[in-house]
Amino acid sequence: MTNSTSDALIQMINVDKFFGEFQALTKINLEVKRGEKIVVCGPSGSGKSTMIRCINRLEEHNAGQIIIDGKELTDQVKDIDAVRREVGMVFQSFNLFPHMTIVKNLMLAQQLVRKVPIAEAHKVAMHFLERVKIPDQADKYPVQLSGGQQQRVAIARALCMKPEIILFDEPTSALDPEMINEVLEVMTDLAKDGMTMICVTHEMGFARSVADRVIFMDAGEIVEEADPEEFFNNPKSARTKAFLSQILTH
Amino acid sequence: MSFDLSLIYESIPRMLSGIGITFQLMFLSGLLGLILAVILLLMRISGKWYLSWPAQVHIYIFRGTPILVQIFIIYYGLPQFEFIRDSVFWPILREPFGCAVLALTLNTGAYVSEILRGGVLGVDRGILEAGSALGLSARQKFIYLTTPIAARLALPAYSNDFISLMKATSLASTITLLDMTGIARTIVAQTFAPYEVFISLAIIYMILTWIIQKTFGRIEKYLSRYVNP
Ligand SMILES: Nc1ncnc2c1ncn2[C@@H]1O[C@H](COP(=O)(O)OP(=O)(O)O)[C@@H](O)[C@H]1O
Ligand SMILES: [Mg+2]
Repeated sequence: MTNSTSDALIQMINVDKFFGEFQALTKINLEVKRGEKIVVCGPSGSGKSTMIRCINRLEEHNAGQIIIDGKELTDQVKDIDAVRREVGMVFQSFNLFPHMTIVKNLMLAQQLVRKVPIAEAHKVAMHFLERVKIPDQADKYPVQLSGGQQQRVAIARALCMKPEIILFDEPTSALDPEMINEVLEVMTDLAKDGMTMICVTHEMGFARSVADRVIFMDAGEIVEEADPEEFFNNPKSARTKAFLSQILTH
Repeated sequence: MSFDLSLIYESIPRMLSGIGITFQLMFLSGLLGLILAVILLLMRISGKWYLSWPAQVHIYIFRGTPILVQIFIIYYGLPQFEFIRDSVFWPILREPFGCAVLALTLNTGAYVSEILRGGVLGVDRGILEAGSALGLSARQKFIYLTTPIAARLALPAYSNDFISLMKATSLASTITLLDMTGIARTIVAQTFAPYEVFISLAIIYMILTWIIQKTFGRIEKYLSRYVNP
């Protein structure tokens, strides 16, 4: 059942998700190949967060299948753990651990989940802090950093777990405008290195330059799916057109 | 009426000789109460009704009745039962000190578990989701994320409860214990000078409260170092 002939790293097949009576996702079908970069956009409340949160089981889907690198997400704790080891996530509100220094934020899960010895965990943490260009902040607490710096730490924290896939849920939406670019730059670098990414964002410049595919969601459904060129220049559905005209006139 | 200062000078050292009992009641019940509070908290958030229900009943009973009544029930009531007199706990429950510690522990445990629960509920859900996304187990999240963050959130309310506990130790004097209040009552019975003696006693308790407040203030500052570094 979990053996698919497809070379997809992520497969969502007819996924439904309900919150009580309310259907947040309807028959979602999505395939992401290794190394692909997907941008997801759509109006607020359209189910973007819910969709990517199902991929690492922060939300539990009610119907359909989700298969990550050949492993199907079921109720089994073992399967969930295995998937979470492969999938990193970056949140809109950073969600750093406020009571730990930056470097400890990056070391905790390495030590607890991957059982990396402390010296090695520290080395890995410093390596990725350098990669997001803030090694000098290692011993500070999250509140002492700007939003842009905190989000870069959050990305580094996800990278420390050596994930196959990183999910981004509006990573720049909570940032002051002058900090958006420093985060997008880090994400663009990651994309160049071949990381598989699903990114919920309304940064259309980023979508154009980085995405292999853009997905438009509305009312819990995937309405349109196309490469960026086509998506922006030649959107098919009326809903996509309406959405694009709204955000592009900002 | 006259106010006899020399009586104050004489009675304060005598009352202070009971401070050992006051401290023993306070620290022993405080420690046991905290352990009980953590157990009650874990029972309440276990998500299993057969654990959470008894914990809620305990909390409801001990928060819903006066501590003085609880002390009386334990001191006068428990020895009525033969199985308690036959149990290994009898050497403890036979003594007023053991009864006082038991009552204070059960009482403060109920209050503190609610305080801790407030702290646990105050932990930002996003932080725990980040922990899940990194692959931490429920237990690891509780130990490394929830506990330290909730402890800081709960500390101000906890320090208030600890002060209440310190003051509640004076009720032990009603079951013959000679803590500071017990000694004060003895002195009053001998001197017929309730005014001087009880005011002196109040001042001692106020100083203790001040010391406890300062101590918790320090701990709070330490635990909040990451909020205002
Ligand atoms: N935990 C939840 N309980 C109930 N409804 C929810 C919950 N999370 C999301 N929803 C609802 O599901 C819909 C999709 O939400 P979401 O995926 O967050 O949208 P988006 O990320 O596209 O803004 C919204 O209508 C939202 O109100
Ligand atoms: Mg969202």
